[in-house]
Amino acid sequence: MVSFIQLLKRLFFRRRKPIKLGFYGPPNTGKTTLVNRICKEWVGEELGKVSNVPHETREVQFKDSVVIDFGNKKLTFKIVDTPGITTKVDYEDFLHYGLSTKEAKKRAKEATKGVIEAIKWLDDVDAVVVVLDSTKNPYTQANITILGNLAARKIPVLIAANKIDLKKANVKKISGAFPEYKVVGISAKYGHNMDEFYEALLNLVK
Amino acid sequence: MKGITLRFVPYSEIAYLSSYKRVKQLIELSAANRILLIQGKLTPEEEADLIEEVMKKIGKNPKFKGVEIATFEPSKSKNLSFFQAIKENIARALFGNRDAFTIVGPASIIKEIKKDPKKLELLLKK
Repeated sequence: MVSFIQLLKRLFFRRRKPIKLGFYGPPNTGKTTLVNRICKEWVGEELGKVSNVPHETREVQFKDSVVIDFGNKKLTFKIVDTPGITTKVDYEDFLHYGLSTKEAKKRAKEATKGVIEAIKWLDDVDAVVVVLDSTKNPYTQANITILGNLAARKIPVLIAANKIDLKKANVKKISGAFPEYKVVGISAKYGHNMDEFYEALLNLVK
Repeated sequence: MKGITLRFVPYSEIAYLSSYKRVKQLIELSAANRILLIQGKLTPEEEADLIEEVMKKIGKNPKFKGVEIATFEPSKSKNLSFFQAIKENIARALFGNRDAFTIVGPASIIKEIKKDPKKLELLLKK
């Protein structure tokens, strides 16, 4: 039975502000695909555009009041979808995707600003989902820098090892590289293992 | 055949610089088409600052493509006893992390740095 004091605490000290949940990772790991899936499932609409061209998300995007009600927990999030963090941006890479030189240069310039904006947001998130591509080598400097900075700021982290629908996916390699974090293998594109993801997410922010 | 300069940066060269100057110096050195082999490693905050500064430089100068960077820490792959770990941590706090080394190079030269706990592979552009 809930005591009178507990009831008062719930009424007056309940977390009123939504939890700012950042989605971080290198470019093209499926951050926006995952954010879109979450928003579609809990709010009914997607947040951002996705494509195969790297740096599709070049500005931080937000979705307020995303209520996730899963199991016996219910939390309200402000979702912060960030541009992919990288140590290099070469406009010539975009030419391979059919962009003109002018478009490619513009995209590269916007991408560099996006990376800076994403880094600045590290100081302003309450919890983070680091989205990694489970078909790629996890030992990259971008991953190490993101996780190192989150650890230095004592921000709770959940790693989503995305793209498990692909043959080359290796979730164990990611768990082995970052044993101090909870790693959940998912396919944001097809919605595989999202139940385990939501359970881990709600356990992350208590 | 075109040569590549590999420049060794001893810990003493960057140890007493402020974080800002350390990051700036590393970017300037690597922008001059050199691959740097640095004794020690940057802090996570300095790594984030380095990425920010690199992005600003790319924004100003499209010829600069950014950097490839990797840190290797041999002690992380060692199984240390409790007391050995304490000893190493004290030594690091006093003298800096000289056990680690960092490779930084321009992305116009280095295509990729492949890393796993026991080796680093530098793949260069043709």
